Amino acid sequence: MKQFIGFLKKEFLHIFRDPRTMMIIFLLPIVQLLLFGKVINTDIQNSRIAILDQSHDNTTREITSKLVSSGYFILGEELMPGDDVEDVFRKGKVKMVVTFGPEFEKSLERDGKAEVQLLADASDPNTARILTNYASGIINDYVKKEKLQNLQLPNQINTEVRMLYNEGLKSVYMFVPGIMAMILMLISAMMTSISISKEKELGTMEVLLASPLKPIQIVLGKVTPYLLLSFINALTIILIGVLIFGVPIKGSFVFLMAESFLFIMMALSLGILISTIAPNQMVAMFISVLALMLPTILLSGFMFPIENMPLPLRILSHAMPPRWFIVIIKNIMLKGTGILFVWKETLILMFMTFVFIALSIKNFKIRLE
Amino acid sequence: MQYLRLRLNTETKMEKVIEVRNLVKKFGSFVANDHLNFDVYQGEIFGFLGANGAGKTTAMKILCGLSSPTSGEAKVAGFDIYKETEKVKRNIGYMSQKFSLYEDLTVAENIRFFSGVYGISPADRKEKQDKLLKNLGLESAKDSLIGSLPLGWKQKLAFSVAIFHDPKIVFLDEPTGGVDPITRRKFWDLIYEASDRGITVFVTTHYMDEAEYCNRVSIMNAGRIEALDTPEILKKQYSAKNMDEVFLKIARNTEQ
Repeated sequence: MKQFIGFLKKEFLHIFRDPRTMMIIFLLPIVQLLLFGKVINTDIQNSRIAILDQSHDNTTREITSKLVSSGYFILGEELMPGDDVEDVFRKGKVKMVVTFGPEFEKSLERDGKAEVQLLADASDPNTARILTNYASGIINDYVKKEKLQNLQLPNQINTEVRMLYNEGLKSVYMFVPGIMAMILMLISAMMTSISISKEKELGTMEVLLASPLKPIQIVLGKVTPYLLLSFINALTIILIGVLIFGVPIKGSFVFLMAESFLFIMMALSLGILISTIAPNQMVAMFISVLALMLPTILLSGFMFPIENMPLPLRILSHAMPPRWFIVIIKNIMLKGTGILFVWKETLILMFMTFVFIALSIKNFKIRLE
Repeated sequence: MQYLRLRLNTETKMEKVIEVRNLVKKFGSFVANDHLNFDVYQGEIFGFLGANGAGKTTAMKILCGLSSPTSGEAKVAGFDIYKETEKVKRNIGYMSQKFSLYEDLTVAENIRFFSGVYGISPADRKEKQDKLLKNLGLESAKDSLIGSLPLGWKQKLAFSVAIFHDPKIVFLDEPTGGVDPITRRKFWDLIYEASDRGITVFVTTHYMDEAEYCNRVSIMNAGRIEALDTPEILKKQYSAKNMDEVFLKIARNTEQ
């Protein structure tokens, strides 16, 4: 035990004396979370739109004011019939043009039908899609509530849409779990693999192996500090998510931390595995970035929906541990579900941990022989 | 082999600290150590010579418990390397080819860490540490980071740390790589001191001038021990001026 505490002291000295490590561990999580949450915000707010109103009646005016008062849009320009719409887009001042057909109110009241055209600048397809969705939502909502209830229209189907678990469609709800997965991978897997391969590179690993310390003690000694730091980071990320971005924790906090612990263990064993393969820090870093960071960002469903990927990538995404972890934390935080609904994902993570540890032991033995 | 047996007869009273019998190590079909047989006696400086790839590092790693042999027997400090690895490790010190202290820790922190690994009590450690730094004339460097010290100092410290727990044997794997002859000579003074204290020194090197400093040397070639004796006897036997010539003659003989 004394030996072990001495080892931990040494590890913490390594960590605290290296400014780069300190930055990655303590600054990076916060900076990334704030960046993704605040700056890279895919939510639409205050987008400039132009209105081309050919009928100028009460209904079109009310719809316009509904659009503007929603907070998503601001009125940038009012166009006249005959204005060149494309020219408006080319100037880049507005993202969308809403055109009301002639005699809008009249035809709506007479036939229950009226024409409105949404033209969006799809050079930025995501924004265009979101803007048109929001606008048609607002228009339909208004027409249904204010106009059509007086009319007796037969066989009409009203689709009522509600976005459950994230009513405001806030993207930060997606980023918090994603960043948590990414940071824990980074600190647990990358930092451990670098720190172990550093000992190999410097030759101190041989000295440790020739000492009375058992290999398992060496590995535990190397890994424990990162386990502690990762856990602190998981707490910090959740805290920032809840306090600054208002992400809810509907499920059990203890269960959430237990799942985070499992994910950290998985990442640590992956880090150990990488260090058994990598002969030096550079290679360890390279493998970590190429094999962990990029797939975590691209293939875990954190940034891009897995459903839209081509089949080979969809299959590959199953092998990405963060994919399962993100499902688990989203379930716990946003839906408030318990183990009954995430047992499959939990088992997958446990299995991965087991595989990584088994492979590490195998690699380690080969190296000794 | 004849010479070995001859010496064995004259020195049987001395305690053997390393006994190696028919040690074989294969990597696939490549034979790194081909039936090695030798003994090392307490307090001697045993030079383990050979060109790069001759198998000396492999043999040394086996004796330190860093690697396991394919077949054969070996005892280190009186303990079997298969069954009593932990006892072997308690009784040896090891200094690797690469300089092996932590650069980002201070001299005192390195000593504290390695003392902890070998279970030396804090009181003993302080006393020994003071003595050691005084001996090396490094008292002022106690709280300096290892990384800030010149290479020669680092090597002296690495050696001193490797024997800090008073092992029976210390294994040095090409300890003087990359330093100038004067620093190397000073390093050897430390080795002699350790040997005077009764610590057996097992050292691999490919500097032939260092071979002259050893009590006995073994010369390896292609996984086999080709010669083993004192430098004087070897020089006579191969009618050579120095160890360099001995080495070249042995290398040439095996090629033919």
